[in-house]
Amino acid sequence: MHVELRNISKNFGAVHANAEITLTIPSSTIQGILGENGAGKSTLMKILSGFILPDSGDIVLDGKSTVIHSPADAIRHGIGMLHQDPLDFPPMKLVDNFILGREGSLFPDRRGAAGEFRELASQFDFGLDPDAYVDTLTVGERQQLEILRLLWLGARVLILDEPTTGISRPQKEKLFSTLKTLASRGVTIIFVSHKLEDVEYLCSQVAVLRQGLLVGNASPPYQTSSFVQMMFGREVSFGGRTTGTPGLPVLSLERVCLEGVRLQIQDVTLEARAGEVIGLAGMEGSGQAIFLSACAGLTRPVAGKIGLGSRNVTGQSHHSFKKQGVVYLPAARLERGLVPGLTLTEHFVLSEGARGFFIDRHAAAGLAEQRISTFNIKGTPTSTVESLSGGNQQRMLLALLRTPLSLILLEHPTRGLDIESTMYVWAKLKERCAQGTAIVFISSDLDEILAYSDRVLVFFAGRVSPPLPAESLSVAELGELIGGKGWGRFEREEASV
Amino acid sequence: MNLLFQLIAVVVALGLTTVVLIISRAPPLRAYANIVLGAVGTWDEFSNVLVSWVPLLLVTAGLILTFTVGLWNIGIEGQIILGAIFTTWALRLLQSSGMHPALILTASILAGMVGGALWAMLAGALKAFGGVNEIFGGLGLNFVATALNLWLIFGPWKRPGVASMSGTVPFPHELWLPTLTAQSRLSPSALIIAIVAIVVVYFLIRGTYFGLRLKAVGRNASAAYLLGVPTWQYMMVAFALCGVFAGLAGAIQVTSVYNRLIPAISSGYGYMGLMVAMLVNYQAALAAPVALFFAALNVGSIQLPIVLKLDSSLAGVLQGSLVLLVLLGQGVRQRLFAKGKSA
Amino acid sequence: MSGELILVGLAGVLTAAAPVLFGVLGETISERAGVINLSMNGTILLTAMGGFAIALASRSVVLGFIGGMVIGGLVALVVAFASITLHQSQVAVGFVLALLCRDLSYFLGSPIMGSTGPRLSILPIPFLRDIPVLGLLLFRQDVMTYLSFLLIAAAWLFIFRTRPGPMLRGIGERPAAAYVRGANVNRLRYFYTVTGGLIAGLAGPIYSLSVKAGWKGTISGLDGIGWIVLAITIFGGWNPFRAAFGAYLFSLLQWLGLVLQPALPGVPSQVLQVAPFPLMILTLLLVNIGNAEWVERTLARLPAPARRAIARILRAMNATPPSAMGTPFEKE
Repeated sequence: MHVELRNISKNFGAVHANAEITLTIPSSTIQGILGENGAGKSTLMKILSGFILPDSGDIVLDGKSTVIHSPADAIRHGIGMLHQDPLDFPPMKLVDNFILGREGSLFPDRRGAAGEFRELASQFDFGLDPDAYVDTLTVGERQQLEILRLLWLGARVLILDEPTTGISRPQKEKLFSTLKTLASRGVTIIFVSHKLEDVEYLCSQVAVLRQGLLVGNASPPYQTSSFVQMMFGREVSFGGRTTGTPGLPVLSLERVCLEGVRLQIQDVTLEARAGEVIGLAGMEGSGQAIFLSACAGLTRPVAGKIGLGSRNVTGQSHHSFKKQGVVYLPAARLERGLVPGLTLTEHFVLSEGARGFFIDRHAAAGLAEQRISTFNIKGTPTSTVESLSGGNQQRMLLALLRTPLSLILLEHPTRGLDIESTMYVWAKLKERCAQGTAIVFISSDLDEILAYSDRVLVFFAGRVSPPLPAESLSVAELGELIGGKGWGRFEREEASV
Repeated sequence: MNLLFQLIAVVVALGLTTVVLIISRAPPLRAYANIVLGAVGTWDEFSNVLVSWVPLLLVTAGLILTFTVGLWNIGIEGQIILGAIFTTWALRLLQSSGMHPALILTASILAGMVGGALWAMLAGALKAFGGVNEIFGGLGLNFVATALNLWLIFGPWKRPGVASMSGTVPFPHELWLPTLTAQSRLSPSALIIAIVAIVVVYFLIRGTYFGLRLKAVGRNASAAYLLGVPTWQYMMVAFALCGVFAGLAGAIQVTSVYNRLIPAISSGYGYMGLMVAMLVNYQAALAAPVALFFAALNVGSIQLPIVLKLDSSLAGVLQGSLVLLVLLGQGVRQRLFAKGKSA
Repeated sequence: MSGELILVGLAGVLTAAAPVLFGVLGETISERAGVINLSMNGTILLTAMGGFAIALASRSVVLGFIGGMVIGGLVALVVAFASITLHQSQVAVGFVLALLCRDLSYFLGSPIMGSTGPRLSILPIPFLRDIPVLGLLLFRQDVMTYLSFLLIAAAWLFIFRTRPGPMLRGIGERPAAAYVRGANVNRLRYFYTVTGGLIAGLAGPIYSLSVKAGWKGTISGLDGIGWIVLAITIFGGWNPFRAAFGAYLFSLLQWLGLVLQPALPGVPSQVLQVAPFPLMILTLLLVNIGNAEWVERTLARLPAPARRAIARILRAMNATPPSAMGTPFEKE
């Protein structure tokens, strides 16, 4: 099917998620869509697959202008989407997942459907058993099931959102050969990914999005460097890096292995020293979150040792980490970091800890006012946290930090913040560094990573790079590593050692 | 705005109850008048209202604690019963010991508090270690408590001769909690205890670190954990405290209201307390007056079968309608104002 | 006790289980869709009284049952409205309704307490009734008991074998995936909650028009059965056959309580009557125990054969609720 997107725009409040995106995808094409987190890829795909309606613009399918009202409507028009976490029903059998949603008689012919399923599966060499339960399948197999289902329902456009996250290499190869076969049959494939190698291998044309705009198109032969430049923009120096000498080790990880739902991290060794800033770079879902959570004691490693200062704290609870001066600031500020319904003052009281049995309201209000003014929070001691803007909530999280701390762990500290708040946050964090606190933070903003980190760890599909000095890393190199390329040199270095 | 919706809820609840009365071919105004008279008509009746108010207020105070920490402590009925059982056991144990009656009473009431707390912590343990939702764990323990109570009354503690639905042998007069007058069952000490309880809960939640942490756990347990609050421990303490109050209610039922253990010792106060707590939106400030209102409805409607040949569960109908409509009104208000915000 | 008497007793167990089955299967459907209807205790009482009242007034048993159905459906509608449209807590609304409907039933039913009304009659099936053993057990029942047998099979067939059935499972399990497949999640939730209420609304009238004929108010012995129905729903793992097993087990325990009375003179009759209630609810401990973290950790330390055997037992017992039960669904 020939797909045309004309001037698609979508705004969420003040955020321009998609701005006048125009793209033509001929039949039998495998179209790659590249972009970093927040570039607008998922919004565009949600529009195409019927989850949301665009504010303006047209979708033209095979020459006909079409409005797609819902995902079910989309599949009726022949557009099917394979989500990163396939939307299936784990406790049910494959054949039921397969049949579900297709119109038909009251008593579906399950045996007939199973037969058709087996036939379709064999066409693509998928080894799936229709009577197995979905919760016994790997992610790759669940993807295969969903692809078959969409094809069975007559999909002629297949959108795949980050499909190669969490699947094995042989499964990836099978997926790619499947996609190529489908394309040769006239199915249009849209392949959304951040993995440069996959996109370069598979796609017959690539579009790059950045900050809601379509910034470039490319056809083979591809040049990685131009992709990276389009995705991440030019190199900008913020001049915020301190060049003090770091102190004693505050956090040490020795051959730590972590197991997540979709990925595994093997053998990470790291030493974070007092006053040092370590940035964790990578696309979301590459392992940084679980790594940070392990540094906080919120996730137990399946192997390896974690130490704080000179103490071995492997396997201990987060609260015992806290006693050693570790604090964890989650990205979901209101859902995980703050308590909706409680006022700013009450939060300060909570974080300061108990002084006696009764709360001294007067002192608490005084403390709150002081912190509010120091941190320039636009709120009053009696306002509730949910009434604060995102930037002020982040300031609040910082304001709650006690002194002294040995380690501050931040998940996306400046996500959704404007420049002013971002610079404020980092100014405060730098103050802490000067006092000897180590900082480990996750960010999807390469500029931020390079501007503030002393050393950088890059994450890709569960693989962790050795700590890289930030001053020797360029945006281009970092972008490549995040996209999965250039990891060979670490193995070569290891081999040579 | 909030007040408006609550007033509407009250009016509609009254309206619904009036409809129910009309369906029963009963004169609505006379029924309401009877309830009012039955509650405050004479001093005797009003003192009965207070007698009913005491356990209800105690239970509500405890439930406000568990609701604050985010728990549905449906097992409250069983906790009252266990409090009553422990109190009876202590009284039976000590009644011939020669100790001073006041001492015996105090020890027995303390025993009741322990009993309620233990039973509540059992529900908490089932939740923490067995993964059993506290609603069903609580229900199950309620049934176990009822069965235990019945077994004791008809078994080891039965009256000599024939076991009877009227409970165990009444305790000697010295072991009765002193009441206002010879006829009334209102014990001034019990009244004071109940009022102290709700005041304590009010200040606990408003003014202490403990209360603030309870609130934090109730509203966002994971954020509270990250802020350093040991969430499970706080839940267990809330259970235990609520059990103490429930046990106290049971103890008072045994030592001043009935002076023995009867099958219906908890009298549905647990479930009623849940409703009062829901009606006051889990805030201690209005618990006392609302509980008083509920107690008045209960006592006032006792007259109904005699005077108007109506079942006394009319009180429950009014109480239930009120809570239901307040809940629905809350939902309507949130929808109306949320729509305004997002548009 | 003679064999014949035992068979008659067991046939009685089947009859007594019929109302429980209607309640459990109705609730299973509602919970599968993601809505828990905690009002069951009140609904059973209200439909028992209401069904009886209508049957009394119209002298028709059929109208009584239909009346019960309608009442059950209406109560479920309130729960659905409060939770799906108004986003209030299902537990809170259900709990209040449980108490409100109970008090309504006592209040409105007091004039008809003790009246004699129409009763459901036994309907032995010709030919089948004369089969030895099975005939006595299964084929000399009343029409509602026969219906209860059919309902188990019909519910199972619907949930697992028809086309809309898996969609019902879908909206309770993962509404987002159901939405992608074209389901109007909230409308379906309304539909299934009310359907569940209609089916459960037949339970009460079976009591007042058959098993415990008449309306006896607070001494009807019906108060508490609704909570058991909810527990059996969980015990049944939201699967009609396993739920039926739970319902029959409960009725069997009740019957045993009566039968063993003379053999246990030390135990008061009231205790034996109440005993099945806590037993059933405490079985919840068994079905959930596999989920507890400490169990997983202890299991990991056992030697492999023991661990595998225990894990298999735990998995068979396990009852994991529909993942989206209790949570409202918003499109985006």
